[in-house]
Formats: sequence, C-alpha cells, structure tokens
Amino acid sequence: MDLSILWYLVPSVIMLACGVYGFVTRKNLIAILISLELMLNSADLNFVVFNRFLFPGSMDGMVFTLFAIAIAAAETAIAIAIIINIYRSIGNTDITEINKMKF
Amino acid sequence: MDYSQFGSMIPELIVLGIFMLVFLFDTFSNEGGKRILTPLTTVLFALGTVAIWLVPASGEEVFGGMYVNDTATNAIKAILNIGVFIVFLQSAKWVESDEVAIRKGEFYELLLVTLFGMYLMVSARHFLLFVIGLESASLPLAALVAFNKKHYESHEAAIKYIMTAVFSSAILLVGLSFVYAFSGGSLYFSDIALGVGGETSGLLIVALAFVIAGIGFKLSLVPFHLWTADTYQGAPTAITSYLSVISKGATAFAFFVIFVQCFGAVYSEIWEWMLYAVIIATITVGNLFAIRQKNMKRFMAFSSISQAGYIMLGAIAADGLGLASMMFYIFVYVVSNLGAFAVISTIEENAGKISMDDYNGLHKTNPWLSFAMTLAMFSLAGIPPFAGFFSKILIFTSVTGTNSWPLYVLVLIALINTIVSLYYYLLVVKAMWISPEEPKIAAFKTAPCQRVGLWLCIAGIVFFGLVPYIYQYCYDAVKDSLAFLTIF
Repeated sequence: MDLSILWYLVPSVIMLACGVYGFVTRKNLIAILISLELMLNSADLNFVVFNRFLFPGSMDGMVFTLFAIAIAAAETAIAIAIIINIYRSIGNTDITEINKMKF
Repeated sequence: MDYSQFGSMIPELIVLGIFMLVFLFDTFSNEGGKRILTPLTTVLFALGTVAIWLVPASGEEVFGGMYVNDTATNAIKAILNIGVFIVFLQSAKWVESDEVAIRKGEFYELLLVTLFGMYLMVSARHFLLFVIGLESASLPLAALVAFNKKHYESHEAAIKYIMTAVFSSAILLVGLSFVYAFSGGSLYFSDIALGVGGETSGLLIVALAFVIAGIGFKLSLVPFHLWTADTYQGAPTAITSYLSVISKGATAFAFFVIFVQCFGAVYSEIWEWMLYAVIIATITVGNLFAIRQKNMKRFMAFSSISQAGYIMLGAIAADGLGLASMMFYIFVYVVSNLGAFAVISTIEENAGKISMDDYNGLHKTNPWLSFAMTLAMFSLAGIPPFAGFFSKILIFTSVTGTNSWPLYVLVLIALINTIVSLYYYLLVVKAMWISPEEPKIAAFKTAPCQRVGLWLCIAGIVFFGLVPYIYQYCYDAVKDSLAFLTIF
C-alpha cells in the first residue's frame, strides 16, 4: 500500500495541537510534562517523515531525531527532579498552588 | 576520523579542561582541599579567559563545516568569559555560605557546562550542533535556578523556567523540522540557505515564526517573556545575573548567525517584519512593566527584557555593522548589568533587603555601593559619557545605516523608550541619593572578591565608551570572519 506524506504529517500536527492544548489546560505538573513530550514527539515524527519521503538518500533527519529523543529524555529527567522538589515543599503538584510569585 | 580537528576547538577545550579539573578536584579532594575550590576555580577561569583573549582564532571549519572557529565567535566567547569571571567573583561569598558550601563544586561544574553549551551554540554551523548547544546551555541552568534547596521560591522559579524552556525547545524543533523540508536533505546552514533560495511560501513563514518563537523564549522577547520575572526573582542572585547576561548574549549572537546565514535571502519578505513587531513589543512592554516593580530582581528582569529588545536591533540591521554593534552592546550590557546585580547581591547577602524601598537613603551608610549602582543605572539608561550611551548610539547607527524608512520609525520608537527607561532607572538613583528617609540598611563591609568584581564593572562602564579600542576590536573581529559569515 502506498501512503502519501499527509498520512504522517496530519497526525503529527494533531499531536502538536494536543500537546499545546494540554500544556495550557492541565493543572497537574506531570500531565503538563506528558503534553510537552507529545509536542517533542511530533517534531521527531516530522523529521523522520520528511527524511523518508523528501530526502531518502541522506540520513540527516533520522540522526537529528535520535539526538532530539536523547535531549527530550534529559529534559524530562530534570523536570521530574524539580517536580519532586516542589512536591516535597508543598505536598502536591497542582500548578494552581504554585503562585507565590506574580506581578 | 581525523582527531587533530579537535585541536581547533581551543575555547571549548579550555572550558572543558577547567571543568574536568574542577570536577576531579571536587570529587577526590578531602575537606581541607575543598576549602580552596573557590579560589582555584576562579584563578583557573581567569587564566582561561586570558588564554581565550590571547590565542588567535584558528579560522578553520572542522567536522565538515559543522563547527567554525573564526574571529567573531572567538570575540563573543571572550566577552562571555569576562562576564562569567565577574559572576564567579561576585558569587564567591555566596558559595561559601553554610547552605551552599557543601554543593559548591556542583555550582561551578554546572555553570561551566552551560558555558560550554553556549560556546557550541555560538560556533555551530549545523542545526544538530546548534540544538545540542542550546539544550546543554539551558538544561543545567534549570538545576542552577533550583539551587537554593531550602527556599520554596527557588523551586517555583525552576519549574517555571524548565517548563517554558522545554515548551520553547519543542516549538523550535517543530520549526526546524519544517525548515528541514526546504533544505534539500541537509541541516548545514549553508545548504539551508541554498535550499530556501529567495522564494517565500506558507510553510516557510510558519517555520520561521516557530523558530523565532523558540529562540525568543530563551531571549525573553515579548510575547515570550512571561517566565522571566518569576525565574529571575526566585533564582539565587548569582544565577539571575548569569541568566540575564551570559545566556542572553550567547543566544542573541546565535540568533543573528542563524537568521542572516540561513534565511538572509527572505529577510525583507518574511522575518524583518516579524522581528520588527517583536522588538517594538519587547522594548515597550519591558519598560512599562519595569516602572511598577518594587522588588529589585523583578525590576532588573523587566529591564533586561527591554535591553534584549535593544540587542535585537543589531539582528534587524542584519549586516556586519549590525553584528559588530550587537557584540559591543552585549559587552557593555555585561558590565553594566553585572554591576547592578553585584550591588543587589551584596546588599541581599549582608542586609537581607531586596525591595527598592529599602534602598532609600543608602548613600548615608554605603556610599560606594550607591556610587556603583548609580553608574550601572546611568549606563543601562544610556546617559553619556558612560558606556551604555555609546553602545546605544552604535546600535541605532547600524539600524539607520540600512536606509529604509520603517527602520527609522523603529529607531524613533526605541529612542522614545530610552526616555521612558530613564524614568525608572533614575527611580533607583533617587531612592539612594535624594530620598530624605533614614537608611534601612546598616553600613557593612563588602567582601574583597565582590569589591574586585565591582571595580571591574565600574572600569568597564567608564572606559568602554571612551576607549575606541573595544569597538574597533568588535568591528575587526566581524570583518575578519566575513569569509565564514556569509552576509547577503
């Protein structure tokens, strides 16, 4: 079966939109982190798809994706560490309670 | 593989070498040895800074052109190095305090790693290296923002920073994936410039908007600035000054290189107007919000937002003169802002006061600190004969040199905003010198290392504008590197 590039790009855009929506609306820090992962994965999917369909002769997009996944893992690790610190100091991970500093 | 290529990455090797030495020393030394960790790091870093100033750029492209070490990148690295050295000096007392002393090794290691990331970001000529540099510059900073483990504000600042940082890098990566679609299968800056050509399309506009948004988060341009004030307020003051100066300077330089080198051909069609709107919003909103701040660190946060707008004026000029004046602006901004932060952090450490009202009548008890703060404020506001005035003149000249009337309007708006900024910078000066109230901060003696850092900043503020060598240095560095920096 021959799938066109759109079959991959449309889900990727939907993933990005869901990620942004989740980032804005979720109240729990872990859920926000999951939304962020969704956005990062959408970018990775884009790279792989563009590489596979537009430039099958080179591997730049694939290699970039590998590095991007590693970077995303590092980001998650640091974010989780900070979330644990937050949990220790206020007892939950609800962003409506992280509001001591505002203008 | 030809390993001798690593030999031309001299600045990176120096920073990596200092990092390894500090790391090994911190891991294997005993209690007595840990006591000399701070002076050891500071001295090593001072030697490294001198080395980067003295060793000429190799002027080579290595790793197939992914990394370039030319005079312009060498100059910006030297400028950043001076800033980091001043940060080390002014944080030397803080890292010895009871709360932090046990983790001081981590402080220096993380700071050096972020600096290494910024070096890669500045020298990158391939998007893979750029993204790795950007991330290794911004991720350890989140850990540093959360460094005050016992203070809740520090955690809140860190979570706000890391969430927006990850969000912005996701946006940046999506933008880059769209750029990749144009590139002809390669992520080298030069290949992307060829692939983009002079044609505009809807996808390219979306891609550039995403890239500007992604990098704009790191630069805290309006409307991507909302994390700035909270993060600056909650972070330890040494980290706040590092974030506001070093991180911003490196990202601004990388922004210029990417946009001029990859997308120079679609300058007037696409990104000139995006950047135009963003700069006006950045300068104006930063200024207007700074007026109503009472906390000094929040005040400096909004001031640094509006200064980022002035720095980006160099990017909208998009030529060699623009880059040179941007580098000079960053240099002057480094000394002025670090001077202000040095005063804020000394007062915070010795008296525990951070509000602007506490500065009332400061000159009666601490005249020298008031003097240093006044000079820093004058320089940030751009009052002659201090350095800030000359950096503003040069960056305005570079923009008007392009001879297009919309950019004249932009310079006019920036000028009006300079007057607005004069108002709130002078509020601090007024509180210190004119306000008749009794001083709330008792007289205290500044630690010697902080005094050295302050004197370095004052010397920079006074002499950078008057000594033409500095501007000539930036200009020559850009001119000599034009072979690597294809400016359309």
